[in-house]
Amino acid sequence: MKLSHEQVKHIARLARMGLSEAETEKFRSQVSAILDSFEVLNQVDTTDVPAATHSIPLQNIFREDEAHASYPQEEILANAPEREGSFFKVQSILE
Amino acid sequence: MLENFIPPYNATVMEKFISRNAVLVGKTNMDEFAMGSSTENSAFFPTNNPWDTERVPGGSSGGSAAGIAADEAICALGSDTGGSIRQPASFCNVVGLKPTYGRVSRFGLIAFASSLDQIGPITKDVTDCALVMNAIAGHDPMDSTAVDRPVPDYTSALSNRELKGLRIGVPREYFAEGMQTGVTSAIEAAIKKLEELGAEVGRDVSLPHTKYALAAYYIIAPSEASANLSRYDGVKYGFRYPGAANAIESTEKTRQFGFGPEVKRRIMLGTYALSAGYYDAYYLKAQKIRTLIKQDFDNALQKYDALVTPTSPTTAFKMGEKTDDPLQMYLSDICTLPANIAGIPAISVPAGFADNLPVGMQLMGKAFSEETLLRIAYAYEQATDWHKRKPAL
Repeated sequence: MKLSHEQVKHIARLARMGLSEAETEKFRSQVSAILDSFEVLNQVDTTDVPAATHSIPLQNIFREDEAHASYPQEEILANAPEREGSFFKVQSILE
Repeated sequence: MLENFIPPYNATVMEKFISRNAVLVGKTNMDEFAMGSSTENSAFFPTNNPWDTERVPGGSSGGSAAGIAADEAICALGSDTGGSIRQPASFCNVVGLKPTYGRVSRFGLIAFASSLDQIGPITKDVTDCALVMNAIAGHDPMDSTAVDRPVPDYTSALSNRELKGLRIGVPREYFAEGMQTGVTSAIEAAIKKLEELGAEVGRDVSLPHTKYALAAYYIIAPSEASANLSRYDGVKYGFRYPGAANAIESTEKTRQFGFGPEVKRRIMLGTYALSAGYYDAYYLKAQKIRTLIKQDFDNALQKYDALVTPTSPTTAFKMGEKTDDPLQMYLSDICTLPANIAGIPAISVPAGFADNLPVGMQLMGKAFSEETLLRIAYAYEQATDWHKRKPAL
């Protein structure tokens, strides 16, 4: 699987992650080589094999719907890159 | 990305340590977001191996293992997604245990690959390993994958210095080509020692899907990572790229300049594997392979109490040796990542030296058989003095 420059750009766009031109070229060859190494899996017939999402059988875990104290607002907002009052501040989304 | 982040709460494992009056010495270096096998992907600086400072300590918990090997603390914690506790433990001549998936709460652990991650101890010997397990294992209402199951006293597994009645299998796929000769011969000598201690060693063990584990792992782990790391968007905490023109550019630039190359590489891989048209071929296929790998272990561990292998195919490698070739770096975890895929416990213990560098022996067992692994590891440790050797610092 040889990825094209455009495909790499497309994947980065899906991940909402910017890449420089040099990174795009580097990942094109590296990710292509890694994808090639995955081809070994095609040797295995998995038609009737169930998929395992986890190694242990997990079921829904419920708890009582009770109110608990939350973390202090100030401590949480202290990590915010930008804030306004008691809100996280982000770039405007609507023009 | 998280250089200036101050966690508003402690991880459950830290709360458990603090409630037992542990003295916190410091935080240790690691590969960024636990992605790497050498600690060279640290967002700060690489860590050197105390046994040879031109070599890597392994990774991703390289700082924890190097710190314990250099006598800077009594015990350390690491998280193990594909070998990140065991491989550095093996490179640094210390003990590292990856518990069964669900044995230790992951609440407060930064999520990398949620179906594989597990927290465990890195210590100087097996006794300390059991003591740390007593402190950290158990159910936690804050982690729905932390299994509600009684926690035994792990030190009670350490009373027996003989291995009579225990069956230990040697899976042949782990002794294939690509292994450093010094590593193979050290492990063969260790297996002989286990036999001398009374264990019944069997070599008719095959885990036929082992050769697919690496590919399955490098689909599952980056896929889950690409989802988990999408929370780093520069809004609530962590780095934000300053001066972006709009919200989308802010997110894109934050990740472009906030993440290192290996993290970006895995986000790219994972996003591709989960993208429309490729999901079945990659992610779903890898999850089916997970079923087969798990079945391999189930079959082998019906007959044997534990399986013994090298922890890593080589001893600690030189810094910079594998940084330009991600696939070569990934191979360093070839012996450890199957246990994560199957969710079973595995321990690495000091088992000799090859060209003056430490070799680790890995023992894997059934889910929740940590006591059996500790018993074997302890008996072996008491019969050898590898763990007593210290690097010349």
